[in-house]
Amino acid sequence: MAKTCEAGRRGEKVRSDCFVSLELRDSGGIEVRLKSKVEVMYGESIKRLCMDVLKILGIENALVTLDDQGALPFTISARLETAVKRCLPDNNREYLPEMLEHSMYKTQRERFRRSRLYLPGNEPKFMINAGIHKPDAIILDLEDSVAPAEKDAARVLVRNALRQVDFYGAERMVRINQLPEGLEDLEYIIPHNIHVILIPKCESSEQVKQIDKRIKEILNKNNIKESVFLMPIIESGLGVIKAYEIASSSDNIIALAIGLEDYTADIGTERTKEGRESFFARSQVVNAARAAGAQPIDTVFSDVTDMDGLRQSVNEAKSLGFEGKGCIHPRQIKVIHDAFAPAEREIEKAKRIVSAFEKAEKEGLGVVSLGSKMIDPPVVKRALRTVKLAAEMGILDKNWRDEYVQ
Amino acid sequence: MSSEEYRLKKNVLGRMVPTIINGKPAVPFQGVGKYRPTGCKAAPPISTCVDYPPDGNKVLPDLKTSLIKACIKDGMTISTHHHLRNGDLVANQIFDACAEIGVKDLIWFPSASFPCQEPIINHLDSGVVHHIEGSMNGPLGRYASRGKMRGMGVLRSHGGRYQAVQDGDVHIDIAVIAAPTADPFGNANGLTGPSACGLIGFALADSQYADRVIVVTDNLIDFPCIPWQIQGNYVDFVVKMDKIGDPEKIVSGTTQITKSPDRLLIAELTARFIKEAKIMKNGFSFQAGAGGTSLAFVTFLEGYMREEGIKARFVRGGSTKYLVQLLEEGLTDYILDGQTFDLDGVRSMRENPNHVNTSPFTSYNFHGKGNFASMVDTVVLGATEVDVNFNANVVTHSDGLLLHGIGGWQNCLFSKCTILSIPSFRDRIPVIVDEVTTLCGPGELIDVIVTERGIAINPRRKDLLKAIVGSDLPVKTIEELRSEVEMICGGKPAKPKLGDRVIAAIKWVDGTVIDCVRQVM
Repeated sequence: MAKTCEAGRRGEKVRSDCFVSLELRDSGGIEVRLKSKVEVMYGESIKRLCMDVLKILGIENALVTLDDQGALPFTISARLETAVKRCLPDNNREYLPEMLEHSMYKTQRERFRRSRLYLPGNEPKFMINAGIHKPDAIILDLEDSVAPAEKDAARVLVRNALRQVDFYGAERMVRINQLPEGLEDLEYIIPHNIHVILIPKCESSEQVKQIDKRIKEILNKNNIKESVFLMPIIESGLGVIKAYEIASSSDNIIALAIGLEDYTADIGTERTKEGRESFFARSQVVNAARAAGAQPIDTVFSDVTDMDGLRQSVNEAKSLGFEGKGCIHPRQIKVIHDAFAPAEREIEKAKRIVSAFEKAEKEGLGVVSLGSKMIDPPVVKRALRTVKLAAEMGILDKNWRDEYVQ
Repeated sequence: MSSEEYRLKKNVLGRMVPTIINGKPAVPFQGVGKYRPTGCKAAPPISTCVDYPPDGNKVLPDLKTSLIKACIKDGMTISTHHHLRNGDLVANQIFDACAEIGVKDLIWFPSASFPCQEPIINHLDSGVVHHIEGSMNGPLGRYASRGKMRGMGVLRSHGGRYQAVQDGDVHIDIAVIAAPTADPFGNANGLTGPSACGLIGFALADSQYADRVIVVTDNLIDFPCIPWQIQGNYVDFVVKMDKIGDPEKIVSGTTQITKSPDRLLIAELTARFIKEAKIMKNGFSFQAGAGGTSLAFVTFLEGYMREEGIKARFVRGGSTKYLVQLLEEGLTDYILDGQTFDLDGVRSMRENPNHVNTSPFTSYNFHGKGNFASMVDTVVLGATEVDVNFNANVVTHSDGLLLHGIGGWQNCLFSKCTILSIPSFRDRIPVIVDEVTTLCGPGELIDVIVTERGIAINPRRKDLLKAIVGSDLPVKTIEELRSEVEMICGGKPAKPKLGDRVIAAIKWVDGTVIDCVRQVM
């Protein structure tokens, strides 16, 4: 019995993607019909890839019709796998493209998360070059940017991207769907060196615990030692009220973010440029995050043409206590980094505090003092972060201590 | 024609090139600056003023009459310029008229062709046109690539076209010069009129060296047409037409900077390189094209110039509003302009004496006593492919299809620092490769490759490598870039299957043959 399923996209405007039509047959082996703009250069290699994918997925007789607009191998194999699973929903096999060396780097709990670039999970063309713009993190999004009918395709594509695309050192994040769908997402992505899971519309510690538990199970099953960090996103009145409970619900929470589009709708208002309507929520999230030892992260700025507005918005976020901001366009990254860069005045102050702290440590003193003033531990911690960030951004010489005279 | 009839020979770059092109002998490339022809330049026949109307009125009723009066015959070479770009309405009408007259086997010698000239294919099919010597963009290139053109195409740079006319490699029988404004004597310019394009410098050699010169205009004004970018003293006939061009396709009302974040990154890296290598200093000069990436490059460089209070002595066009802005805000003393790409460029050239029109003679000509190209501090160009030896391709794609012309690209390589600003791959097509499909520019003249994944500096340029020590520019070797691209695209690209037939020869700036293009099967 012939059964036909499709996956991917076609059309004149489609780039770096392909459209697969798969007809399962009873006999006759595998036939691949290819129409590709790179047929001359990669036609043979595309056909071989299709054969490999079908073999691993256990398909022996089929006609594959591939309309290719320059899709990279990770995309072609994802689209074909999706087509197979749409034909055979019970097929649990996976075609895993090689885990490339550049996909295996690790992250650190305390790293800077000034910018995180959202990448729609079913759009390969934005993934390929995301890392070259040097965001602190990239987010492969399975939630709002993916149409409900494409959720299955996005999971496979994101999984493949995690194994093959070089994100050039950016922290590797995935935003899963709301529960329970989000738990299913985890099965696909957790084994592939994921650093942080973003939990959308988080409203309870229970949700965090469920996710944490499922992640642990998957990690154990796959023999992975590293833990996966969590970043709940607060997007509702209930979430705001429970922010501290959420932020302190797992050791793996490294940051707490706020999402204002949904939040403002939830409390029955609209987002304004001034943002008075969200002041309470943002402040609450900052305080909850700080209280739980997590980084407070601000919402995205959605007007990609308004760089001055973005700068202002980051300055405001910074003054409220946020350490990072979401971005939806690569050109926003530099503006965000520059705005989060410590000012000269902040760096000078931080250098004084850090020197005093290190001097006290060397002398075995329990108390850090600067002149006649005592310096409290949170201030020292913040000063350490300020000089670290300044040094990483190249505003402060990494060897500043050598030349520093109090 | 079988391959033996071309008498293929290996040139110094190891490329097999024809030594016979359309029945005439050709010299294989010998190395940059090695070929030094001697003797006297070609010259047009002696003309005498008594043969021309003393009242200076050379106006004829239509194009067909003018071609007949110019004694058009089978096998002649007809030249046109490309300042009207994709809005040109003249070239197609010339060959329609030739078809009506009933001549055949003509050679079309444009300074460049555009997709709007696709109808010439009908005249190639019918035998009115034998072959094209000039760039073949888009549909014409595809036609030639499939082996459908009878003769061999010859691609030359803008400077190489001037050189070929001057040393007699090409003899123009009839030049047809589309002029946005002209007077009855034949003085002409591109500054005003409904089809204004700024300048018409590409037609200069044609006016001086052709046996017969026809000026075609849709804006005939009383004598004198000032300034006379083309001098009427070279002109035989003037024809008034309803419309020589489609203004919207000649110049863009607004030229668009790229919105692609990846291209913007390339543009920004290019400008940063020029700043950090200290090429950007008071009195410097640069040239950049009108592609979206080049425009963005100009705005990034402008930002750095303002920050550091630096002023250029001159910039080279194609001009756009972004260069005009530099001129009007005092960030450069002059624009030396070869073609004008938008309305701000046309206006500026008309109104600003420091916005100067140039021609391939001043800018690029191999047979001049020097030219401007080698005096420019840095030039930012594109390419379809670059290989690990820094050799570059601008005419064919990796599938072997001939789709672009050389333009001024080869000539600009003589700048003191030649930068190719290009993506490392397009969709899945690698741009940084082991060996280019067609070699249009030798690696010894290409200094820096700027891609979104890093900057490769030609190891020959130790001075540039030294100049950027201590900067945080992402410098890589070209081999590293190539490997990165191969990793992303899924391995080395397979080579296209090409036939034996040579469909076009690629000339170097000195008239020697640097490479050739084969039929795509």
